Amino acid sequence: MPLLNMTVNGRPVSVEVAGDEFLAHVLRYTLGLTGTKIGCEEAECGACTVLVNGQPVDSCIFPALKAQGAEVLTIEGLAQNGELHPLQRAFVEYGAVQCGFCTPGFIMTAKALLDRSPQPTEEEIKSALKDTYCRCGCYLEIIDAIKVASGQSPTLTCSDGRLPRSPKALRVVGNPVPRPDAVAKVTGQAKYTDDYAFPNMLYGATLRAAYPHARIKHIDTSRARALPGVHAVLTHEDIPGDKHHGLIFNDWPVLCYDKVRYVGDAVAIVAAETPQLARQALELIEVEYEPLPVVTDPEQALAPDAPKVHQQGNLLKHIKVRKGDVAQGFAEADVIVEAEYRTPMYEHAFLEPECSIARVAEDGKIEVIVGSQIPYEDRRQIAKSLGVPEEQVRVKGAFVGGGFGGKEDIAAQIHAALLATATGRPVKVLYSRQESLRVHPKRHATVIRVKVGAKRDGRLVAVQVHILGDAGAYASLSDKVMTRAATHAAGPYEVPHVKVDCYTVYTNNPPAGAFRGFGVTQSAFAVESTMDILAHRLGMDPVELRRRNALRTGSTTSTGQVLRESVGLLECLDKVAAHIRRELRVEPDGAWWRPFPNPADPARVRAWGLAACYKNTGLGGGAPDRGGAEVEVLPDGRAVVRTAAAEIGQGLPAVLAIVVAEELGIPYQHVEVALPNTDVTPDGGPTTASRQTYINGNAARMAARRVRDILAWAACEELGASQDELEFREGFVHARGKRLPLGEVARLAREGGRQPLARAVFEAPPTAPLGREGDMHVGFSFGVQAVLVEVDTRTGEVVVLKAVSAHDIGRAINVLGLLGQIRGGIIMGIGNALTEEYPVEGGLPYCTTLSRYKMPSIRHTPEIVSYLVEDELSSGPYGAKGVGEIASIPTAAAVANAVYHAVGVRIHKTPVDQDWLLRTLKAKSA
Amino acid sequence: MGRWQHYYRPRTVQEVLEILAHYRGQARVVAGGTDLFVELLEKPPAFEALVDVTAIPELRTIYQEGDWIVVGAAVTHTEIVRSALIRQRGTALAEGCSVIGGPQVRNVATLGGNVVNALPAADGTVALLALDGEGQVARANGSAWHPLLDLFRGPGQSAVDPTRELLTALRFRATGPREASAFGRVMRPQGVALPILVAAATVRLNGAGTHIEEARVSLGPVAPTPFRAQRAEAVLRGAPPDAAVFRQAAEVTLQACSPRTSRYRATREYRVEMIRTLLPRVLETAVARARGETWASPRFEVADKYSSFGCWLGG
Ligand SMILES: Cc1cc2nc3c(=O)[nH]c(=O)nc-3n(C[C@H](O)[C@H](O)[C@H](O)COP(=O)(O)OP(=O)(O)OC[C@H]3O[C@@H](n4cnc5c(N)ncnc54)[C@H](O)[C@@H]3O)c2cc1C
Ligand code: FES
Ligand code: FES
Repeated sequence: MPLLNMTVNGRPVSVEVAGDEFLAHVLRYTLGLTGTKIGCEEAECGACTVLVNGQPVDSCIFPALKAQGAEVLTIEGLAQNGELHPLQRAFVEYGAVQCGFCTPGFIMTAKALLDRSPQPTEEEIKSALKDTYCRCGCYLEIIDAIKVASGQSPTLTCSDGRLPRSPKALRVVGNPVPRPDAVAKVTGQAKYTDDYAFPNMLYGATLRAAYPHARIKHIDTSRARALPGVHAVLTHEDIPGDKHHGLIFNDWPVLCYDKVRYVGDAVAIVAAETPQLARQALELIEVEYEPLPVVTDPEQALAPDAPKVHQQGNLLKHIKVRKGDVAQGFAEADVIVEAEYRTPMYEHAFLEPECSIARVAEDGKIEVIVGSQIPYEDRRQIAKSLGVPEEQVRVKGAFVGGGFGGKEDIAAQIHAALLATATGRPVKVLYSRQESLRVHPKRHATVIRVKVGAKRDGRLVAVQVHILGDAGAYASLSDKVMTRAATHAAGPYEVPHVKVDCYTVYTNNPPAGAFRGFGVTQSAFAVESTMDILAHRLGMDPVELRRRNALRTGSTTSTGQVLRESVGLLECLDKVAAHIRRELRVEPDGAWWRPFPNPADPARVRAWGLAACYKNTGLGGGAPDRGGAEVEVLPDGRAVVRTAAAEIGQGLPAVLAIVVAEELGIPYQHVEVALPNTDVTPDGGPTTASRQTYINGNAARMAARRVRDILAWAACEELGASQDELEFREGFVHARGKRLPLGEVARLAREGGRQPLARAVFEAPPTAPLGREGDMHVGFSFGVQAVLVEVDTRTGEVVVLKAVSAHDIGRAINVLGLLGQIRGGIIMGIGNALTEEYPVEGGLPYCTTLSRYKMPSIRHTPEIVSYLVEDELSSGPYGAKGVGEIASIPTAAAVANAVYHAVGVRIHKTPVDQDWLLRTLKAKSA
Repeated sequence: MGRWQHYYRPRTVQEVLEILAHYRGQARVVAGGTDLFVELLEKPPAFEALVDVTAIPELRTIYQEGDWIVVGAAVTHTEIVRSALIRQRGTALAEGCSVIGGPQVRNVATLGGNVVNALPAADGTVALLALDGEGQVARANGSAWHPLLDLFRGPGQSAVDPTRELLTALRFRATGPREASAFGRVMRPQGVALPILVAAATVRLNGAGTHIEEARVSLGPVAPTPFRAQRAEAVLRGAPPDAAVFRQAAEVTLQACSPRTSRYRATREYRVEMIRTLLPRVLETAVARARGETWASPRFEVADKYSSFGCWLGG
């Protein structure tokens, strides 16, 4: 093999490389510089950006041998003598890091920009970063960080020049603090699953279905087995335990045996010495199929003679929400509005493709490293298919490069474990971006019909909704997702008569599962668009219509839950409405929804639009919802929090560290948050349903208080004080003018026979299933968003220029993380409204590469102003509720409503199609 | 790793030809790889070796030779956009190259690759066509210049066979006094980054600025290959540079070409509408530049803005 000589981070390097190797591979796998990430291998995402002779390039398609003699700079080479580069420091401080997978690429691209242009304008920054993607949507924070690093002032500051904090801030709670893992992420030290390697490791690959629907007649693996370097070729016959997995319904074959039901189905798996060999082996596996008729339209799938995806028929579930009597309601209505909406499948496009590494560990257990959203559930499912007790399996978390719901289902966890047990060697199964696009569950495509009846004064009397959701080939979380779509389908309003029928249906499309917003994204688009149609029909201010019907304390939801507290919707509405009016300088009763031209170009028309929403916090619906955390105070006075609650970028470690720091009276930086490990960290439950701050924030708080009690017991004697005289502050326990460092107190406790360590499990108040008496959820977050759009009447192009949001999240724990969630959510919502779509035709996805799926870039990022409403939920930690999902739920409807205000065309289908919009505009004016 | 065995980085055109000859069709030229490597994700390579042409000094230079501006085939889009010569005297080309990908792509992707990839709506190519560009092809039996249009056979099919020959340079006549070019495109925010429509134009005005002396107009994708709108050019030649004439130029173009509906990208109707919208706009800009009007000066830092008209009008 040829020798590649180059300088990497100032050091000469000489390595053998293959003729077809790319620089990213050499850096990561030969040199171990895993800070450079691979997100697509098609020059789309920018995660792999490194500087070659000072210029940023995508190292994933940069031939290694082209770097012959070059100077290469990677993220690892940026910090000098332990001092962070100004960019790295600013990224940490200004919240420009969430999951962190995109961070090295952004920092390297920004570095090259600053080298050329030491004080770049905002336009230059956007231009330079236009093809570097952040799925968490930290773009505004990134712009701020670059400005700060280049000596300019950031946008997100208060009048005193500091980052905003909550008016209710305590010592730590409610302040803007950097994430505890941010430094690891900006330096490239944070390890994601693919960044781990073990001696003797093999590489797995998966044979996918050749058809969207076919009977498997025969599988012949003999030729693949015979290939030198191949160590295992497994099919369904080699699964010792359960041949299926599934989060609710156990319907998803680990490896298909009778049929394949979508093109992402796994038929066989291989472990070989190299990834290339493994892929080559796949080509030698012969599968004889008998293609079956394909059903891809949920409506057609319900026909009696439709091809059956599963034996029991295609109707996965019919979900009903009933309140009052809609017939009576519509009879009382003065105005009735009906409309139909369609939303497509959407792709999570988390920047880190799925990866699992399995090995038989030194203690004989099967260990799986995976960046998953549900470590304990993974353990259950792996053990079940391996046919071993759960304790035989250890799931260890790694940093997760985004999930958004797409890392809840099993990907390669079981496959890797099967291959590792079959070969006795560690096996890594890493999906390519293209495989990821093909395999993991998407957002449900829906068809939603809404019928709304109201009195002349705007009071809603009846809402009837029909939802058809495409579940795809397997159930995944369809049941729950579509239940949430149905229960939230009447919007955040008090409606006396509600009837919702939601059908979730099997097809031969890729499965649909959890995705930030969990079904509510779709139904909110439908109901909030309809609310605006109604407002228009009634000649009412859309804000006023919503105010009149808004849920408030004492209201009853569609499912019959009486809201006793923490309903900040009206305040959200008022804050957003006041902001728009201020911007437009219209009177409080003035029409803020009127269109106005771009002053420089009247063919571009602008208008505001708005939408409201709510979203449950926690699993609810009768599911036990609990999470555990353990807190320990170390001899040096620092504390560790352990929980298997997965951090997927949303900012949980900061929340946990804040809570513990607050309770123990220690500096925030003195709390460490451990990665999940099912042997060591207690079950935190799934990262879903915006539940982690609520559930595990509570668990960590309870555990911290228990440790504090233990420490107090130990300190009392030493300080000669009673328990209630003690004060935990600045890392010391104070009493009677004396103080003891916390580490010292921990030592005393230990000597006294009590470990300064406690576990706590927080159990959410019980909830009731849909259709039963009682509260379906422990609480709800509320949100209102308005956007200013500009429609180019010559091209139909739609751009979001500004967004204003107000969210009632109960209580702000970490303002920086919270704003990051909200802004990132809005940007994802803009994606739903304008850029994203995952079309499937005849069971074949169009988006076979990332280049065919456009998530919002920095170019789609508007100016965002966010208001926080803190209407506390008494069972939440300090009153906090969830925010992860609600941030992206109302955006698409707000955009659609704004487009209507701008040009009078109603959007019934997302994403907005400029082609259709222009033709409709032309037809209207003709 | 097995996809291809060898990666060569020769320093001369002669060496490239020798390696290609040695492999008898089993070796292929590569420049930035931004088209080639991405294509290989979905289909296995049909070659054993790659011949990287980006280390050949003569393929990496931009220079003026008489009236001509010569751009080496392996010059990157970044280099083109930063070249003061091209910005001023081949403005459309700098604009066209400035919207390709992001900086990471433009730092390696080349104009030669854009041309040989032969897509009917490739930005650099369509821009070069409006500058009446030519391409120089080196073959075993010598090297020759060809009009750009002669280098295209069909969508994605180049007359240059990258397994046997190579494109060494591209050239166009520098725009002179009262002459200027402009480029524009309409994108769709969803799906592949291929334009719905690209248009470019060069115009030369008479001394008084009352008439168009010479015009060249190009478009894509409106035909299987990048398209020269010769009927539009005929309409423009000798006509006053006003809105009615620009509209007429668009109308005659519509008669001469056949924009198609492409699934997930655009309907035929929309493309037709965009020709009517974009082409007059590009002509208006080129004329304004020829007159030295400042509103029309190119703004490279916002060229890649999502709204198509954002680039000219700001805000
Ligand atoms: C993220 C992304 C965004 C993009 N956006 C755009 C866009 O907006 N507009 C656009 O037009 N394109 C775009 N492209 C496509 C691509 O970047 C351009 O077409 C680029 O100019 C190709 O140049 P290259 O040097 O990378 O070509 P390569 O991939 O190296 O080569 C392309 C083809 O030309 C051949 N070839 C290359 N050089 C020569 C030569 N000198 N002689 C003979 N044959 C040769 C190769 O064999 C191959 O067949 C984009 C690509 C990516 C990845
Ligand atoms: S651009 Fe290289 S990994 Fe995505
Ligand atoms: S922080 Fe950018 S992708 Fe997650």
